[in-house]
Amino acid sequence: MLHVESIEKSFDGFMAVNGATLKVERGDVVAVIGPNGAGKTTLFNLITGQLPPTAGAIWFKEGNIAGLAPHRVCRKGISRSYQVVNIFNRLTLFENVQVAVLSRRRKTFDLFRPAKTIAVDETRQILDSVGLLDKFAMTSGALSHGDQKVLEIAIALGNRPELLILDEPTAGMSPEETAVTLRLMKRLSGELGLTILFCEHDMGMVFSIATQIMVMQQGRTIIQGPPDEVRNNQQVRDAYLGGADECSA
Amino acid sequence: MYKALFDMKTTFIGLVLLALLLMLPQFLPRFYVYLFALMFAIALLATSLNLVLGFGGMYQFHHAVFYGFGAYAFALFATKSGLPLWLGYAIAPCCSAALGLVLGLITVRLNKLYFGMLQISLGSLVWAITYRWYSFTGGDDGIHGIPLPDLVGSSVGAYYFNLTVAAVCLLLMYAIVSSPFGRVFQGIRDNPERCRAIGINVQRQQLVGQTIAAFFAGVAGTLFVTVEGSVFPDLMFWTLSLEILIMCLLGGWFIFLGPALGAAMIICLRTFAGIYTEYWTLILGLVLMLLIFFLPEGVLGLFLHKAGPAVRRER
Repeated sequence: MLHVESIEKSFDGFMAVNGATLKVERGDVVAVIGPNGAGKTTLFNLITGQLPPTAGAIWFKEGNIAGLAPHRVCRKGISRSYQVVNIFNRLTLFENVQVAVLSRRRKTFDLFRPAKTIAVDETRQILDSVGLLDKFAMTSGALSHGDQKVLEIAIALGNRPELLILDEPTAGMSPEETAVTLRLMKRLSGELGLTILFCEHDMGMVFSIATQIMVMQQGRTIIQGPPDEVRNNQQVRDAYLGGADECSA
Repeated sequence: MYKALFDMKTTFIGLVLLALLLMLPQFLPRFYVYLFALMFAIALLATSLNLVLGFGGMYQFHHAVFYGFGAYAFALFATKSGLPLWLGYAIAPCCSAALGLVLGLITVRLNKLYFGMLQISLGSLVWAITYRWYSFTGGDDGIHGIPLPDLVGSSVGAYYFNLTVAAVCLLLMYAIVSSPFGRVFQGIRDNPERCRAIGINVQRQQLVGQTIAAFFAGVAGTLFVTVEGSVFPDLMFWTLSLEILIMCLLGGWFIFLGPALGAAMIICLRTFAGIYTEYWTLILGLVLMLLIFFLPEGVLGLFLHKAGPAVRRER
């Protein structure tokens, strides 16, 4: 479904991503792991069009999407959430998700129908599915950090993506919130059959949900494979996991 | 559609206010009738700016150019074309919208401050041309004695006309703010990057927004001509743009009717403080400082805050 081929991104000569490759098949839950500065977020930004790659190709459903504008990438069926909370602060939760639904339905130039009456059921259903429906009228800026991260995912779901990209979905969350998000991701993958690509520092979480793991270091792909293969790879142990203790957690 | 936009209470307050305004000319001296008619035009102008400023997050620093352009378009149409005068009321706003589209095509490529600065430069260019082109625009003299349709020739006629047009335009703009377009626009205000990531073509959205705002500014321009019967280059000068910006901040730029209230307040201040001192802008400066420190959401924002969160959401 998604095939990233030796992609490169240089910032004034610094190679943030240096020939990384990645394969995501439909229905997979793929985790990208690697130390800070390995280029995970940059890789995601390249896929979703926030940054144009310096070289390489990104194949998504037969088309090369490398260098497309973000809104075009989104319309192809890729939606994402951000590492740092990135929501519409002054809008309510309902409106946050509704904006994404309106965008998918191509209603953004509809001038004279009240927005209150459009896409209400779908928006409420998305909020319900992530467990935020009871707060739908709250201003999103007033939410707790954990809820805002979940709202991030809800906004991305408003696009009804085929591939959902989550950049550290549990960053800064309490253990309870992390557990809730993990359950949510399992449900999205299991019940809705959504293909998920995410990066995460919490190894326990990665190994409990991912069907494929890609390990990055200094902008390069070290290995991509099923969790067991990655866990037992000597190169990964040396470079990143630093022993068996952490990854068996 | 109407029911989805307004509840009973809002409708009731709106009707009472409208009834009061309809009766006013029966009691008021002529000067106040004139002042109110002018207020309707400026309130419409400030609200049209806020469409892109408060609801779109665009740094529209030179909005007056669309206002002045509409006023000049009407004046030139009325004095030079020889066609029915009413037609000017339809054509002039379209000219403003066209200017908004053309300037927008250039400016929306830039973000935030850069957008605003480029708009000031391009707008000043339009002003300079108007100021210098004596044979066509009358240069710095402007155009005076613009013929108006008989119905709006008197001050009371102009009052009713401006009230009607401003009220209809405000309703239309409210509908736009409440539409999917308006909702997405507010999303762009809060977070353009995220909007792109959910598939919204931000630049195109902003271009349409700017064109709409320019259209309504053009309408306000024709209303000004209806009251004053003349146009002059100051209508496009950047200081006026600043003044409208202040109106939005003063009234409350996250609330739909805030800028209209701000416009009324500034006009009153200018008119009545101006009687006593030509330095009325000093008072304005003081008011602004107090505003920034104590009322970041504007005057209307304060009132609605007191009325509770339920009303606030209705904006």
